[in-house]
Amino acid sequence: MSAPDIARAVRRMAHEVIERNKGADRLVILGIPSRGVEVATRLAAAIAEVEGTEVPTGTLDITMYRDDLRRQPTRAPLPTRIPTGGIDDRIVVLADDVLYSGRTVRAALDALSDLGRPKAVRLAVLVDRGHRELPIRADHVGKNLPTSTSERVMVRLAGVDEADEVRIAAGETP
Amino acid sequence: MSSLLVKGARLLGEDAADILVEDGVVREVGSVSAPGDAQVIDADGLVALPGLVDMHVHLREPGREDAETIATGAAAAAVGGFTAVCAMANTTPVTDTAEAAERILDLGAATGLVDVQPIGAVTKGLEGEQLAELGLMHRSRARVRLFSDDGKCVRDARVMRRALEYIRAFDGVISQHAQDTDLAGPQACCHEGELSGRLGLPGWPGVAEETVVARDVMLARHTGSRVHVAHVSTAESIEIIRWAKAQGLRVTAEATPHHLMLTTDLLAGYDPVYKVNPPLRPEEDAEALRAALADGTIDIVATDHAPHARHDKEHAFVDAAFGMLGLETSLAVISDLMVATGRMSWADVARVMSTAPAQIAGLEGHGRPIETGSPGNLTLIDPDASVTVDAARSKSLSRNNPWHGRTLKGAVHSTILRGRVTATGGDLA
Amino acid sequence: MTRRHLLSIDDVDEGQIREILATAGEMHDVQHREVKKLPALRGRTVVNLFFEDSTRTRSSFEIAGKWLSADVINISAKGSSASKGESLRDTAMTVAAMGVDALVIRHSASGAAHQVSQWIDAAVINAGDGTHEHPTQALLDAYTLQRHHGDLAGRHIAIVGDLTHSRVVRSNLLCLTKLGARVTLVAPVTLMPSGIASWAAAEGFSVSSDLDEVLAGGVDAVMMLRVQKERMSGGYFPTPREYTIGYGLTRPRLDALVAANPEVAICHPGPMNRGLEISADAADAAQSLVLDQVSAGVAVRMSVLYHLLASGEPDRGYAA
Repeated sequence: MSAPDIARAVRRMAHEVIERNKGADRLVILGIPSRGVEVATRLAAAIAEVEGTEVPTGTLDITMYRDDLRRQPTRAPLPTRIPTGGIDDRIVVLADDVLYSGRTVRAALDALSDLGRPKAVRLAVLVDRGHRELPIRADHVGKNLPTSTSERVMVRLAGVDEADEVRIAAGETP
Repeated sequence: MSSLLVKGARLLGEDAADILVEDGVVREVGSVSAPGDAQVIDADGLVALPGLVDMHVHLREPGREDAETIATGAAAAAVGGFTAVCAMANTTPVTDTAEAAERILDLGAATGLVDVQPIGAVTKGLEGEQLAELGLMHRSRARVRLFSDDGKCVRDARVMRRALEYIRAFDGVISQHAQDTDLAGPQACCHEGELSGRLGLPGWPGVAEETVVARDVMLARHTGSRVHVAHVSTAESIEIIRWAKAQGLRVTAEATPHHLMLTTDLLAGYDPVYKVNPPLRPEEDAEALRAALADGTIDIVATDHAPHARHDKEHAFVDAAFGMLGLETSLAVISDLMVATGRMSWADVARVMSTAPAQIAGLEGHGRPIETGSPGNLTLIDPDASVTVDAARSKSLSRNNPWHGRTLKGAVHSTILRGRVTATGGDLA
Repeated sequence: MTRRHLLSIDDVDEGQIREILATAGEMHDVQHREVKKLPALRGRTVVNLFFEDSTRTRSSFEIAGKWLSADVINISAKGSSASKGESLRDTAMTVAAMGVDALVIRHSASGAAHQVSQWIDAAVINAGDGTHEHPTQALLDAYTLQRHHGDLAGRHIAIVGDLTHSRVVRSNLLCLTKLGARVTLVAPVTLMPSGIASWAAAEGFSVSSDLDEVLAGGVDAVMMLRVQKERMSGGYFPTPREYTIGYGLTRPRLDALVAANPEVAICHPGPMNRGLEISADAADAAQSLVLDQVSAGVAVRMSVLYHLLASGEPDRGYAA
């Protein structure tokens, strides 16, 4: 995906979110670090452009909730920032760059439940590459990218990286 | 008639000669052909010294036979090249009577490995108040001439003065554990200096030793009696002793192998194996001790062999027992530290590890020149052997061995007590 | 098994300290949530092995462990050491044999945590050893000061009081110095650790026996240390009154300090002797961070537990 492709995908998702929730009033968008935060920011901006309302955004770190915490060297947790007003009775849109096994989203749902009780939780991802290991699906997808498990999906987003780009790279042997 | 021929040993490290010992006495030194029934030791390349004497060991019996017994301590001594050791009085009960002294003498004799000379307590129960039965101990079969409250300092100057006056009648000597406990403090467990400050350990300043050494030197002058300073650990103590000797006072002093070689920086890991009293000092003090040993200011090397059961050492550092093993490694340490470096000759080693300690302690059968008519007490040394100390091989019952893993140049080859080989190659014969 | 410990601030470098403090910041937020629970240490067992009473340190570690979902067990081993015949090694081995992941150790003897770490496989965290170190206290002090002042590099911090018998001072000295702060230790000579002059020269901190001179030179923080009751009659200084006049953070000193620098921070690791080393006015001043220190304690200990225990990887941790 090129930069314009990404921009178009975000705009489309913004429209879907608004349509699905009949506006943007009760929305909170939480990005999962690191690139999910950038996706959340862009999604909020696109919604603001369409609806004229500022959607509260925040970040939701899932480090502590990962199911592979013990198998990895310790990672320093990244910030969790919940916008004022919290998430109780809100519609929370979780935003991430790539949806793959579903484990990150599972962790995010756990993290969310420790922070409050949203009315509903939706999932928006820039890329869905398939190969789910848990019964999880995305509500809003920028682009479905069929891949093999040996491949890697490289997402680069300006703000975190130098430029916008999504490409599939030949994977290293796992 | 038993005979032993030591062939071709270098006497005090000098010229090679044969030594024939018959019935426990040196019969002939020179070029000797072996009698038919003689046991022969090929001593080519070995150094022969008069049997080593350790004037300061703790054998723990009676009272703490779980840490050491006279038998196991004697075995460690034999393996370490010693033919005589002086057993400190801080046992349970304390060696403060003639009977207690004779019992230790007899238990030592029963081992057949080494002569064990009891040291008598200066004060009853080591309590520093009432004089022990100094005269009766001297008159006993043990012929005690060396007294010490070691482990504790005779801190009351008046008691020290009276004891020194009292023993002058039989030319006794008091070996003082010089430690002002007011200055050192009840919890003191290591050298007071930058490291103790950093480690947060209560320190024991050098001055706590030096003030007592200075006091005792003046008491030696006042009484005309003999004072021996046990385990000197600081450069300033050496200065005081040097001054005393220059004045012609009857003051002698000892240094331990550990104060000569090991230094306080070993405490950084809080390993209680390095906890000892007096504490390991900085390199400057250790170097001053080496120089003083070489120039004669320090008269003798003594080990302060202090075995402890494992459970007495496996406490937090301040709570762990003081002391470390030394009998089996003493000669190797001195060889490595002083002879291999050219700072002392083997004749010097004979002086500081045999002749002088035997004289100070009044052991007439030990520390004699290797010549016709002397008792057949010999230590044969392989000066070129390099041995890595293995605590597990020790004959001691205890394992508080700070030398474990160190490689030292020079090793005891055999120990001969009155013509009988007691130990050879690190094992009992 | 793995060996990873926090025995001394010497075990951590500047980068690791900054990481611990950053994570503590995230943990601090959890303290204000309704659900104060993170699953990171689920299934891990942390034992608080306290050979010496310390309610505040013990409960702080207990809460920290529980909020990270670890099982936390408190064992008071007071009086079970040398006096009763059981060696430190026996006690430690016995607890470790129950299969714990971390031992948080408080002991009245310096080096106890070091020694235990040599004997057992579990992670060992030093919660104060004798007059040696108290690394988590130093980390929480640094955390508190950093929240107040921002980066501590170049800041001047005076630590005042019984330096000889304080485990806090040794850890703080190391920690603050690693973070680039300038430290001055202030005490009467009788309450200074032995060899302090050569130590100061080697580590680049300053030492003084004149509190007023140090304060007049400008400070960003003063850390007042507790004077133990048993020192007061021990010949370390003549009378409590003389100590307070010479080394206490009295009202006049507080006023001068605040006038010179309204942003000055006042810390005390507690418990305080009000009226002796710190006046009530100073303890309760707007510049006092005493309660912030307590509140930071849980977050910092969560961070330490997390960094030591969250991963099963053997090569992490601070002192091998």
